[in-house]
Amino acid sequence: MRKIVRKIGVNNLFLLTVCILYIILAAVHWETARAGFIAFVRLLAVIAPVLGIVFALLFVSNLVIDSKTVVRYLGRQAGKGGWLVVIVAGIISAGPIYLWYPLLSDLKQKGMREALIAVFLYNRAVKIPLLPMMILYFGVKTVVILTIYMVIFSVLNGYIVERISTGRRKK
Amino acid sequence: MSASKLKQAARSLVNNLKMSVPILLGVLLLVGLVNTAIPKDFFSRIFTGHMILDPFIGALFGGVAAGNPLTSYIIGGELLSRGISLVAVLAFIVSWVTVGTIQLPAESLMLGRRFALLRNAVSFLMASLIAILTVLTLEAVC
Repeated sequence: MRKIVRKIGVNNLFLLTVCILYIILAAVHWETARAGFIAFVRLLAVIAPVLGIVFALLFVSNLVIDSKTVVRYLGRQAGKGGWLVVIVAGIISAGPIYLWYPLLSDLKQKGMREALIAVFLYNRAVKIPLLPMMILYFGVKTVVILTIYMVIFSVLNGYIVERISTGRRKK
Repeated sequence: MSASKLKQAARSLVNNLKMSVPILLGVLLLVGLVNTAIPKDFFSRIFTGHMILDPFIGALFGGVAAGNPLTSYIIGGELLSRGISLVAVLAFIVSWVTVGTIQLPAESLMLGRRFALLRNAVSFLMASLIAILTVLTLEAVC
């Protein structure tokens, strides 16, 4: 089994598993599988431009950012500035969260702190363009208080994740 | 900029594409399926009216659900209009955007299994806490 996984690759195996799931579903309930696939195509059309931007950023980061720079600004030595950078970057970054995994994976390999990755991912939840919509449903006060708590808790999230992760590794 | 650096950056990008594109396609297929399989009115049927249990249920289902955050606001607004407590609705929308059960395999593959599990678990626990604190602060301020 391990040989097969190694040969196919975990990433391809994941896609293959989902495809098999679709095939089984199509055999059992064709309409749901069809509707799911249409939703997939629509999603793909929406995220394709953002995905293009992410991969362009990845290419540029490979060109201009080396491990030393990442370690300096987003590594263990990074001070408060590093936290601030990822909070702002997380808030202003567009598209679904999973689009940013490749870039973060690359930066992690170059030395980015796990805490800062977690903070970036958490702040992806603060969506400035969607704030008016949120205010419409929940009111200004609720949205302001909720947003402030989410930014504060993003730092706490990063700290806890790294603390537990590092603690386990030391053992 | 040297040609070798350009070549190296391009090679690195191609490797990254090979790794991440199948995972992203898998996640998108799953998200499409979940969005189709779970009807929007399903969420209004899961709350009990319990003050402590509802934020937990909200966070649980928000974490399992996937899709545009806008959808969570619309469902959240609908839940509020049906009399579901604000704390439960806030836990639901915070969990929707911070916990990614559907994306968990992709996050694990690209950022590490331990990191992904820990981050999602901590985010899940925080969703209820943020919701409770927001409502308490609102009550104190208003």
